[in-house]
Amino acid sequence: MDKIVVNKLDLFYGDQQALNNIGIAMKERSVTALIGPSGCGKSTFLRTLNRMQDLIPSVKITGQVKIDGQDIYATGTDVVLLRKKVGMVFQNPNPFPKSVFENVAYGPRIHGETDKKKLSEIVETSLKDAALWNEVKDRLHESALGLSGGQQQRLCIARLLAVGPEILLMDEPTSALDPISTMKIEELISELKDKYTIIIVTHNMHQASRVSDRTAFFLSGDLIEEDVTSVLFTRPAKKKTEDYISGRFG
Amino acid sequence: MKAHQADRFATIMLWIGALSIVAILIAFLTLILGRGLPHLTSEFFNGPDGVRGQLFNSFYILFLSLVLSLPVGLGAGIYMAEYAPKNKFTDLIRLSTESLASVPSIVFGLFGMIVFVNMFGLGFTILGGSATLALLNLPILVRVTEESLRAVPRSYREASLALGATMWQTLRKVILPTALPGLITGITLVAGRALGETAILIFTAGMNVSRIPFDVNPLAAGETLAVHLFAVKSNPLPGTNADQIADGTAALLIIMVIVFNICLTLPSRWLQRRQLGKNKM
Repeated sequence: MDKIVVNKLDLFYGDQQALNNIGIAMKERSVTALIGPSGCGKSTFLRTLNRMQDLIPSVKITGQVKIDGQDIYATGTDVVLLRKKVGMVFQNPNPFPKSVFENVAYGPRIHGETDKKKLSEIVETSLKDAALWNEVKDRLHESALGLSGGQQQRLCIARLLAVGPEILLMDEPTSALDPISTMKIEELISELKDKYTIIIVTHNMHQASRVSDRTAFFLSGDLIEEDVTSVLFTRPAKKKTEDYISGRFG
Repeated sequence: MKAHQADRFATIMLWIGALSIVAILIAFLTLILGRGLPHLTSEFFNGPDGVRGQLFNSFYILFLSLVLSLPVGLGAGIYMAEYAPKNKFTDLIRLSTESLASVPSIVFGLFGMIVFVNMFGLGFTILGGSATLALLNLPILVRVTEESLRAVPRSYREASLALGATMWQTLRKVILPTALPGLITGITLVAGRALGETAILIFTAGMNVSRIPFDVNPLAAGETLAVHLFAVKSNPLPGTNADQIADGTAALLIIMVIVFNICLTLPSRWLQRRQLGKNKM
């Protein structure tokens, strides 16, 4: 089933068009990778899916983004509920300057959970799902800023899982991490896709081919080609895609 | 090794700078406290020329001025940092705040006298003094609040909003706690000014003390310690030990400011620790 359907999406920063007539569909419980050179619009596109792009003044968006059949840009959309359902992991790990526990409990708390026992359960499950529990279970009440970069990024994933999202948007989640932390995050993505619909922006084509089911190639605001990952990397239909994946530019 | 020598030289110069500050502070404290402390007897507070009333007024005026200025100052600062769109109008607000922050305090005093003392017909009162002091402190509060909030990384806001938090939740639970040390510094700065201000208060709160001890009537006249120091030194009453009273008052003022700063800083450290969890970085 298609979880996300995007139709004729245009995005402008002031007068400058950053996304051109994007149309794409993403299946439930699959991983879609967005690749392309810097400035091609892949991150911008990702951030239209939870309306984080709206936060920037002077951004204008037209077209449709349907999640579970609902147009998220229709008037009357509750952005809070949308972002609860469509969570995001950022390029640089950004835990709050709070304890590990408080970081994970933050989401459930703002959505009204006050029961201490329940919060502890949510924190434990989320940290286990993010493959971080064993490393932090003895330091739940220490500052999250004392964790390593890779641990911080998994903490951010745990913090996100704690609000019970259905879609996970990941904006180059490993570009600030070392190879071992990167591997751990990639393994985590493969486990998470049994439960979540994942869209990951990445610079790294090897990463795209390792973790994703389908890959979309963006170039200067256009969606050039979208296909099953193995097909796109071995038999691309478009010349531009072939040039990019064979390293002729970008 | 020219770079190496320059580096050593710079280090030494910076050390000397830092050491001089400490030396000046120590010299200052020994002189003022050394002269003043011996006079701080029970007689100094409760005697016929005692400063009990002035001491009380100092804190009462400080308290009232904070009550008047904190909500508005913090509110405006938060608005400017988080909600205000960037346009000509908000630039104008920022420019006005900065200009107001550099207006000499005696001009504010004159303004307070014209408005509160004369136009509102309050006369010399604690209320008029506090209100004028609040006006003096507002621009600084707005600026300090705005700057402390802007210093909070954007990524915290994004993380919180992306989890489905509203702007208000983000502000309350992430931005304000993170900005707390900056806000406390701002409040300390403002409070220090309130405790030490004379020019404004002479024109608005007057140079008399209520005869009733610990008079909380805001419409009574309210000479503060700093004003008292000025009055005693500039216009010594015959038959009083003006110099001793002045020295004692100066020492008392310093102690008050130090105690007040400690009272604000320690709880804020504690709050921060609790926020951050143990072993913050």
